[in-house]
Amino acid sequence: MHPAVSVIFFTVTSGAGLGLIFCLGLGWPMPASPLAAFLVSLLAGGLTAAGLISSTFHLGHPERAWRALSQWRSSWLSREGVSAILTLTLLGIYALVWMMTGERVAWLGLLISLFAAITVFTTAMIYAQLKTVPDWHSALTPACYLAFALAAGALLAAGLGTATTLIGMPVAILASAALIVAWTAKLLWWNRAGTIGFSHTGSSIGTATGLGGLGAVRLLERPHSGENYLTREMVHKIGRKHAARLRRIALVTGCAVPLALCFLAMATGQPAFLFLLAFASLMAGLFAERWLFFAEARHAVSLYY
Amino acid sequence: MTTLPPSSEKKLGLVIDLDICVGCHACVVNCKEWNTGGYGAPLGDVDAYGDNPSGAWLNRIHTFEVTPEDAPNGGQAQIVHFPKSCLHCEDAPCVTVCPTGASYKRGEDGIVLVDEKKCIGCGLCAWACPYGAREMDPVENVMKKCTLCVDRIYNDNLPEIDRIPACVRTCPANARHFGDFADPSSNVSKMTAERGGMDLMPEMATRPVNKYLPPRPKTRPASERELAPALAPRTQEGLLGWIDRALEKLG
Repeated sequence: MHPAVSVIFFTVTSGAGLGLIFCLGLGWPMPASPLAAFLVSLLAGGLTAAGLISSTFHLGHPERAWRALSQWRSSWLSREGVSAILTLTLLGIYALVWMMTGERVAWLGLLISLFAAITVFTTAMIYAQLKTVPDWHSALTPACYLAFALAAGALLAAGLGTATTLIGMPVAILASAALIVAWTAKLLWWNRAGTIGFSHTGSSIGTATGLGGLGAVRLLERPHSGENYLTREMVHKIGRKHAARLRRIALVTGCAVPLALCFLAMATGQPAFLFLLAFASLMAGLFAERWLFFAEARHAVSLYY
Repeated sequence: MTTLPPSSEKKLGLVIDLDICVGCHACVVNCKEWNTGGYGAPLGDVDAYGDNPSGAWLNRIHTFEVTPEDAPNGGQAQIVHFPKSCLHCEDAPCVTVCPTGASYKRGEDGIVLVDEKKCIGCGLCAWACPYGAREMDPVENVMKKCTLCVDRIYNDNLPEIDRIPACVRTCPANARHFGDFADPSSNVSKMTAERGGMDLMPEMATRPVNKYLPPRPKTRPASERELAPALAPRTQEGLLGWIDRALEKLG
């Protein structure tokens, strides 16, 4: 599949923003001042909104994007739009109350955490629902999206927040655990993607043409000598060229470096900047990971080309 | 509305006969021609007369080669020209993924259409389609697909003979047929039953309406025949026969 930069930026950035919203909603301790409340909420909402806005750049008609809110009963993409807006609205109310009274309303917090998680889930389901792309068509896809959003949110919250321990554990350990869970899910996802082919439906050039019963089928001539929308969008192969190298980059910058920084933080009294550095590194790794998510995925229509 | 309608009374669609198609691309060209002047925005092209032309087409012909298992023992490979356009699936995944309601399946006749004024050009419907039946228009930035020539088949301004999809009307080999699959006595239903009309990628559970008729099995003569029987010497009558016999006697 063609890796559109706007969509990669959207899923990574809004994932991190929603992860932070999730941590805020659960009551991750933050500096007490109204200014801090404003800035933290702005960052969480801003990352999410920046992602959402960038996702409209790949649309043919961004000015009609509002129409995408109408079909939530059947469409995961529509559900994503609706739940993202609900999350941001609720976050706005939560942040206002927090700034005015200094109090973080617990039940409202739980609600924004819930909606943040739902939004990440709906994003992942846009891809996971597609039977035509076997790599994506798996429960591991939402698992990865949720776990990466949580890991990014936790690192950011650890860097911005005042807590040194939560639920009896140092925040560096909690953030490391989130990272390990996320990359374990991703390794499982990669392992599945490496072996799945089209075996989930049994599709082949034989079933695609219906000619498989007659013998071995191969494409003799394309319909046209040049590229078309389908080949550019779904039979995209260029991105796979550096797949192995990009995976190493993703694992080093997204997993090894942030983990090392978390351990370093443990040893040095958990200074905030180490967590923020780890967050930046994770984001770089996730851009590589998300590029591969699109570039390596094979679409059923490639059976015709 | 992007939820699918209950099963329609009419199921309009195409039968494509892979035994007959000669791969002339006339249906492709006539489709482009009609749909550039008819329903919705024109079918756009980019760099149409340049080095790297590209554009939206609703019907494309692939050509496949099929090699049978007994090829080493003389089984003959065959070339199959394969026209591909929207199959107007009963469980159309392109419809349910649409976030705006632009992509819909008509309850009255089962045609899958795009309301171009509502389309935001996100491309998700094209991702959901296993057949590559949808293409983004490079000029209008909205999704294009086969309309089954909805602006021809009900068009009272056209002579009756023309009230069929452009691809069917133009096919010089009669490889394409249009009709109602819900009616068991229709031409398309009969052809499908007689020739074992098949679904493409049935495992994708899209339940296509369009059916493909498989190429008929290649026949081979029971015994080996001479390639050109006319060239074999034969006993001749008359003057040529006399010359033949006389020359043979000379040794």
